[in-house]
Amino acid sequence: MKQFRHKDIIALRDLTKEEIELLLETAESMREINSRDIKKVPTLRGRTIINLFYEASTRTRTSFEIAGKRLSADTVNITTSSSSTTKGETLSDTALNLLAMKPDIIVMRHSVSGSHYFLSKKMPNCSVINAGDGTHEHPSQGLLDMLTMKDRFGRLDGLKVAIVGDITHSRVARSNIQGLTKMGSQVFVAGPPTMVPPGVEKLGNVIACATMKEAIQDADVVMMLRIQQERQGKTLMPNAREYARYYGLNPVNLKMAKPDAMVMHPGPINRGVEMSSYVVDGDQSHILKQVENGVAVRMSMLYHVCSGEIE
Amino acid sequence: MGADSTVIMDGAGVRRALTRIAHEIIERNKGITKIALVGIRTGGVYIAREIATRLHDIEGERLPVGEVDITLYRDDFKGHSLHLPVGKTDIPFSVEGKIVVLVDDVLFTGRTIRAALDAIMDHGRPAAIQLAVLVDRGHRELPIRADFVGRNVPTSLKENIAVLFDSEGLPTEVILGK
Amino acid sequence: MSLLIKGGRVIDPSQNIDAVLDVLVENGKVKEIGKGLSAPAGCKELDAAGKCVVPGLIDMHVHLRDPGLEYKEDIISGTRAAAAGGFTSVCCMPNTKPAIDNKAIASYIINKAKAEGFCNVFPVGTITQGMSGDRMAEMGELKEAGCVAVSDDGKPVCSPELMRRSLQYAAGIGIMVISHAEELSLVGEGVMNEGFTSTEIGLKGIPRVAEDIATAREILLAEYTGAPVHIAHVSTLGSVRIIREAKARGVKVTCETAPHYFTLTDDAVRGYNTNAKMNPPLREAADVAAIKQGLKDGTIDCIATDHAPHHLDEKDVEFDAAMNGIIGLETSLPLSLKLVDEGVLTLPELVEKMACNPAKILSLGRGSLASGAVADITIFDPAAQWTVEADKLQSKSKNSPFLGWQLKGKAVATVVSGKIVEI
Repeated sequence: MKQFRHKDIIALRDLTKEEIELLLETAESMREINSRDIKKVPTLRGRTIINLFYEASTRTRTSFEIAGKRLSADTVNITTSSSSTTKGETLSDTALNLLAMKPDIIVMRHSVSGSHYFLSKKMPNCSVINAGDGTHEHPSQGLLDMLTMKDRFGRLDGLKVAIVGDITHSRVARSNIQGLTKMGSQVFVAGPPTMVPPGVEKLGNVIACATMKEAIQDADVVMMLRIQQERQGKTLMPNAREYARYYGLNPVNLKMAKPDAMVMHPGPINRGVEMSSYVVDGDQSHILKQVENGVAVRMSMLYHVCSGEIE
Repeated sequence: MGADSTVIMDGAGVRRALTRIAHEIIERNKGITKIALVGIRTGGVYIAREIATRLHDIEGERLPVGEVDITLYRDDFKGHSLHLPVGKTDIPFSVEGKIVVLVDDVLFTGRTIRAALDAIMDHGRPAAIQLAVLVDRGHRELPIRADFVGRNVPTSLKENIAVLFDSEGLPTEVILGK
Repeated sequence: MSLLIKGGRVIDPSQNIDAVLDVLVENGKVKEIGKGLSAPAGCKELDAAGKCVVPGLIDMHVHLRDPGLEYKEDIISGTRAAAAGGFTSVCCMPNTKPAIDNKAIASYIINKAKAEGFCNVFPVGTITQGMSGDRMAEMGELKEAGCVAVSDDGKPVCSPELMRRSLQYAAGIGIMVISHAEELSLVGEGVMNEGFTSTEIGLKGIPRVAEDIATAREILLAEYTGAPVHIAHVSTLGSVRIIREAKARGVKVTCETAPHYFTLTDDAVRGYNTNAKMNPPLREAADVAAIKQGLKDGTIDCIATDHAPHHLDEKDVEFDAAMNGIIGLETSLPLSLKLVDEGVLTLPELVEKMACNPAKILSLGRGSLASGAVADITIFDPAAQWTVEADKLQSKSKNSPFLGWQLKGKAVATVVSGKIVEI
């Protein structure tokens, strides 16, 4: 029988293929709950989940909150506008204070890569789930993306997935690359050379393409990443206009992918930059399905770190 | 099964018991118009399908069989070490106003039934829930009793009961192991 | 007051000595080196059989954190750590609070070290006032006060014009400029080496070219002005190549590397280990190989530790928030001795890199056991096995990536001006 034996879920890099499969299978089971009139099961009754967000995020925080509530956990949200590194209490002290309130799970988003490992070491009896850390990973997004692909194709093995955009600064890209390549998909990445990190091909079955065309040619999935001017700074590209011209997805270049290719985006979308509205709202777009699957995947994650031993 | 196990019901015995349960369900409910079957994964689902087949043979109406996985409703989660997969719950009909016959293969402490009752209630408000089991081995820990029982088998706590199924999900025999 | 060190393997590259000999010290000076020397009346004897006896080791790149940051280290604890590691002299960097940019601070350090220190301390003054990178510090007075070099270590001098003038001005006074070679615009928000590891663990990278370009700039400025320059903590393949080429065409450039740059790669950062965070960052295998080659062929003149103590609170934080730097005084000798085991350096070459060359570059009047020289002597057991344990380190701070490592080689006696240091 498949078992999940991790206290935390911080990176898909840390999980085996079997563990990822189990998380996805459980997510599929969780989806049934979300379709009921009474969208609640008593599984995590009496458990306390703290959503600790050091970066603003409506979508991910809401999704984790709903996931926790549907499993009957008590969820509390702490949103800190500033990063702990710049002012106020240290993450270490915050951790110790929260620990004193005996939470069962802390779901954290933090701007520093790897900070969840630091948090986890401070709280041996509390599970830590990563809702995004710096430019490292965003495992719940990776899992929900994989679940959405699995829904569409019934498999992940052998899929050709193109990821286009700022690979270097994308935690979504890292989690997808780690997860998908473990599941047997082939990942093609493309972006301006200023946004493709060194050694990306050594992360798994990954091919770095010189052009967007090469990446999306005959792809089963085209995943576009969000361009964030504030994250990319001034030096990585001339402007959004030129970016859209060479790395934006539109109905014309989408034709190079397989006819039934699915289009994905982790959101929020800059319409007209990463993707034209025709593609965002088109038949091939699975963007809202991604959001829907987000709740089920996060329920699965909460369940697997928190569900305990059977007597 | 170890050397100390004995067959307490063979294939024919199981089939006869299921046929009798089907007749009892019809008689008790004066037909099957309001009946819905829900099996507890996984053994209960196989038994429920067998009962559905018999109800169809007798009454000429094919009833859908719902499946319920009780993992999320268990009352025995503790600590942080073992992490069970969650099976799919699939109840493809409204339970509202129905007489739901909940089906399991073995009735033991009653805790699984309690969990399944909660799960069904979360899908709506049935008119009634009745319980059908192939084997009742005793040792209840909750005030639960079956409405339809294939066979009562007094056991000790050290013994265990296993209902075996073939690859198509047909029950083949019931075994008592020590 | 005399001391006879008997039967050790005496290695003094300044006199081409490498033999089992006795060393007689009188009145704080080396009196004689020879076979079967007899001890004068009242002379203390030290049996050094099986040990190496070398000119006192000099670490030309140390942060003593005193004044101002004594919660990390101070002159007493830092020099005690130095003596425990076999160093008889350290050069302390000026990024204290306030910085060593005036005579008063330099004098404070020298006086405190003389009164309470466990080894010699030679302060390094700043290049610019307050290390602001804006105006030159009073280098003349700094030298008068006892500073042996100037450096804005921890920061580069960003303006090429100011660096050019500083090199010229310092050359006129006769004080060495030590450059922290780093192009900050290329570093950006980077916190570790840019490469596959940074890609995988998602930390922002510092490209090697950030160091190379700055090294090249300093060399071009030194070449243009004819003034000497010393490049601190060389960590990249590119810098080694650029320095090698510059030396070949006669540029007055010298340089140092640190033990971690020939011992570790950026793999040590995995697990977000803040004790593997320093500036310049740990690089990759090709760089480690180039550093070793540079040591072997003489491109790299010195091994210095860049001993950078930080309080636990400054390291027990998220990776990006952690301070740069590691302590090194007590692990430098054994890590460097590994180069001898690996055949990169001979023992005499190692002694040159850790004693003779730093003394020569900074005109410290040390690094030799010639008759009449100051009796700064390090005696170490090259075979002693030991484990690095935080609570046995003398430094106030314990930020070392080598905690738990099994090392070979340990100082058994550190002799400063003829006296065995009691730690």
